[in-house]
Amino acid sequence: MTGAWPPAGTAEARAPHPADRGPLDIDTDLVRDWLVQFLREEIERRRGFRRVVVGLSGGVDSALTAALCVEALGPEAVLALLLPYRTSSPRSREHALLVAGKFGIPTRTIDITRAVDGYLDEFEPEAGGHRRGNVAARQRMIVLFDQAFKLSALPVGTGNKSERLLGYYTWHADDSPPVNPLGDLFKSQVWALARAIGVPVEVVDKPATADLIQGQTDEDDLGATYPEADLILHHLTSGRGADDLVEAGFERTKVELVARRLESTHWKRHLPTVAMLSPTAIGEWYLRPVDY
Amino acid sequence: MPLDIAIAQFRPSKGDFDATLDGCAGIIRRAAGAERRPRLIVFPETALTGYFLEGGVREQAIAAPELFEALNARVGEDADGLDVAIGFYERDAAGIYNSALYATLGPGGGILHVHRKVFLATYGVFQEERFVEAGAGIRAFDAPPGRTALLICEDGFHSVSGTLAALDGASIILILSASPARGAAPGAGVPGNLVRWDALASGIAAEHGVFVIVSQLVGFEGGKGFAGGSAAYDPRGHRLLAGPLWEEAVLPVRVDLDEAARARTEEPLFSDLERSWTRLLVNSPGSGVRRPAPDGE
Repeated sequence: MTGAWPPAGTAEARAPHPADRGPLDIDTDLVRDWLVQFLREEIERRRGFRRVVVGLSGGVDSALTAALCVEALGPEAVLALLLPYRTSSPRSREHALLVAGKFGIPTRTIDITRAVDGYLDEFEPEAGGHRRGNVAARQRMIVLFDQAFKLSALPVGTGNKSERLLGYYTWHADDSPPVNPLGDLFKSQVWALARAIGVPVEVVDKPATADLIQGQTDEDDLGATYPEADLILHHLTSGRGADDLVEAGFERTKVELVARRLESTHWKRHLPTVAMLSPTAIGEWYLRPVDY
Repeated sequence: MPLDIAIAQFRPSKGDFDATLDGCAGIIRRAAGAERRPRLIVFPETALTGYFLEGGVREQAIAAPELFEALNARVGEDADGLDVAIGFYERDAAGIYNSALYATLGPGGGILHVHRKVFLATYGVFQEERFVEAGAGIRAFDAPPGRTALLICEDGFHSVSGTLAALDGASIILILSASPARGAAPGAGVPGNLVRWDALASGIAAEHGVFVIVSQLVGFEGGKGFAGGSAAYDPRGHRLLAGPLWEEAVLPVRVDLDEAARARTEEPLFSDLERSWTRLLVNSPGSGVRRPAPDGE
């Protein structure tokens, strides 16, 4: 702990302004230590696992997650799974291997094409890119969890706060691993932390993409850049209304787009809805924490 | 008179009462055998169980005498005469509380005070009112180190808590806390909640001319991180020490209770408060006393 704390009073409290990115600034040293401790405790102490598996896509989220796992547990405790589909970009694989090499992480490649196409080609050949993307994402989780079981390891999730709030992920796929270090960091904060921790610049600086559909980028899909969306999301989740932000100078179309995605995806951030019949309904009346 | 206190920045084994009590007892025994034996060891809020238990408080809460006996049985004679303050979920006939026990260990000792958290945090990530009852008041008590008061976490966020403790004669205020880390803005090097704690505890100490000891829980519970960062403040509000982040630590701090009197003499805020308190209460909103109308009305 430092000996000279600043007075209380934070950037979060300032009035919103599109040019003021202060609320998203993070102390990367602090967050790095915080997340490393989080991983150690949640994986080893609370759950008793010594190993983890991470799906390494070639993107910045999984690269940062894997790097944090290495720092928390050591490279020998981490297995990076490369899970390409036939439409995946070769650059994704190159970047995944670059990250694995940089942090000394063992890798295994399991091509999911036959598993995905075995279902789609035989039963749903007309399925479009969106459905194919969802099937691929869920297939990746099948592999991730099965490999984890085989290795007595824990799958670690890589989803960030931006995509969670925007609902920009496949439900019960990307969001399913039991431990996730990045889920409370916006994408622009992930970029900042990834740079600080030494994720290769090729990976940090490239356009974000789920790589589920060829040529797809997150920002094209979303209709806003992550820096724009992140700041709007920050203010909306801090109690500001969309009209307040427009009045403060934010672009109305972007605010409405982000607000609409946020408000239409609350369901995606919850477990399935269960019909409550009794005064011992799990999670409603019978309440015990996840680590109890 | 100098007094040695140890702040036990502690990580419980959540839900494993015996393992956690063994951990506490180990710290107490080691402190008792140390070259500079502390007079008092201060553990954090809910040190015996972890903080976020939800309905699990029903299984984990115990009566204060039961805790005292269990501690004594584990620490043995080595700790005779050593004082301990420790946070736990307390059960009695009327309900379950988020409490702090202050006791002198050993056969000649006993329970000196139990404080039940008054201000139950029930907002955002906190759900205390759903699971525990609120305490009725804040009182100081005579302890071997000096007149002492206990506060638990949000109690310390309300300036009236320090005021009541000081007015009841406390010269040492022990704040037992389990404060989930949040806020990572650049500049402080610590989570934002600890910056807030620093201002709060320093303010209590300086306003009332008392020593303030803040013992923080450490460890992660379901993604919520208790960062540690325990601290101690002298009666002028200066921080005497700051505990490390994310790890357990036993932090020795030596305090001179005569400093409280000196600080109060130099800056007599406390005597101003004492003198004005009754008048302020009588004239406060809700007192039932109707203020006289200004002249001419």
